[in-house]
Amino acid sequence: MSCEMHETVREYVIGEYVDEDDDIKIADDTPLISSGIVDSFSMVSLKVFLEKKYDIKLPDEEATPEAFDTVNSIVELVKKFQAK
Amino acid sequence: MAYSKVARAGFAEEIEAIKSKGLYKEKRFICSPQDAEITVEYPEGAAQEKVLNFCANNYLGLSSHPDVIAAAHKGLDSRGYGMSSVRFICGTQDIHRELQDRLTDFLGTEDTLLFPSCMDANAGVFEAILGPEDVIIADRLIHASLVDGIRLCSAEYDTFKHMNMKHLKQKLELHQGKRNRLVVTDGVFSMDGDLCPLGEMVALAEEYDSMVLVDDSHASGFIGRTGRGVHEHFGVVGKIDVITTTLGKALGGASGGCVSGRRELVELCRQKARPYLFSNSLSPVITAASLKVLEIIMKSTERRDKLEANTKRFREGITAAGLAVRPGETPIVPVMLYNAKLANDMARDMYAEGIYVIGFSFPVVPNGQARIRVQLSAAHEPEHIDKCVAAFRKVGDKYGILGLDKDGIIAKYGM
Repeated sequence: MSCEMHETVREYVIGEYVDEDDDIKIADDTPLISSGIVDSFSMVSLKVFLEKKYDIKLPDEEATPEAFDTVNSIVELVKKFQAK
Repeated sequence: MAYSKVARAGFAEEIEAIKSKGLYKEKRFICSPQDAEITVEYPEGAAQEKVLNFCANNYLGLSSHPDVIAAAHKGLDSRGYGMSSVRFICGTQDIHRELQDRLTDFLGTEDTLLFPSCMDANAGVFEAILGPEDVIIADRLIHASLVDGIRLCSAEYDTFKHMNMKHLKQKLELHQGKRNRLVVTDGVFSMDGDLCPLGEMVALAEEYDSMVLVDDSHASGFIGRTGRGVHEHFGVVGKIDVITTTLGKALGGASGGCVSGRRELVELCRQKARPYLFSNSLSPVITAASLKVLEIIMKSTERRDKLEANTKRFREGITAAGLAVRPGETPIVPVMLYNAKLANDMARDMYAEGIYVIGFSFPVVPNGQARIRVQLSAAHEPEHIDKCVAAFRKVGDKYGILGLDKDGIIAKYGM
């Protein structure tokens, strides 16, 4: 079920990674990294956005392609570090 | 024992997985000098065949030019075979200085530093000139060597959508608080053949107080009216802060690369860039031959003009034949196939038709973007190009992809 954080993350991903003329829908479980929408090099923008937006620090070993692969997994990661 | 039976089995399994995905790179052996027509042993152990080469970076046809070879011989006789030293210890000859000066003239910059390769130049330049207070803003499709170099650097980095100047502008605005900004791009993108809109990029960089670095490896020698590169094409010579490029493609095809640009940035590379400090000096043979290459192309635009004509002939022919190609104007022409196995199978069939091309798939290109990347050369004659187009038509027909767009090919073969 989507919440506000899901929408915020989804909006950022679409603005940052999807071209205006691309017909790509980003659902909560759409693979982002494994589908090639986001690659490991450009993933850094997403990490920086999440850290600034939610005032958290994501260690490099946690900011993995697996952790960033879907909106769901990204929200889970942010919530884990918000709780710390 | 570190390499146990279990370890060996594990690695072997990984190799089998690559094969089963259709991503295995087969061995091919060239048994002749590099040229438009080459002799090839493929598969390994098979009888040698004469085929036309459409996948070399030999854009100006200088890789085996008799004058370049003669200059190499002369270099061997006058300056020896190898330096057995890194540059700063006892590895710099007068001809290295001469080549650097000639590249500076050619590229229209302030200074140039040779590296063993452009891969090394890209690995070393960022960490030599930037630090944690700075930011690198890179196009998402830059060459792997630039990605590696950026990752080695302590500066922050960010990326922008491929050739999207609106997105670049947003990133430049976002990072105005950093000490230095460096926008990084390829001049010509190696897998897609796209030409970076460098004029617009430089204008934005000036507006937002940013430096610009361009890797012009697939442009030096033939893009621009006199082949100086993408900066000449867009009328911004003298406005690029760092150009990296290679001597291993159009400019002779052996090896070697350079960082060329603002005097202070080049000097910092000479003082601090690790591949420069820790890797062997460019051999005298290659240095001497490279000087001859620059002499040839600075005297006449005949070769880059012929390449331009060949490119036009091929692009028109392949499009008329019904293959899906990315539009563009450079001699890098990706024939898009999307499915890795299809790309490899078609490349194999093209070889049987006497045309040597390679299928490109992940990780060289993004997943689902497999292609055959055709590269034109000034060494090609019109009949070579027509034979290549005819072979693509025949093989494309066999696989039922003529006239199909991306959706059609994916529907037939999947990604």
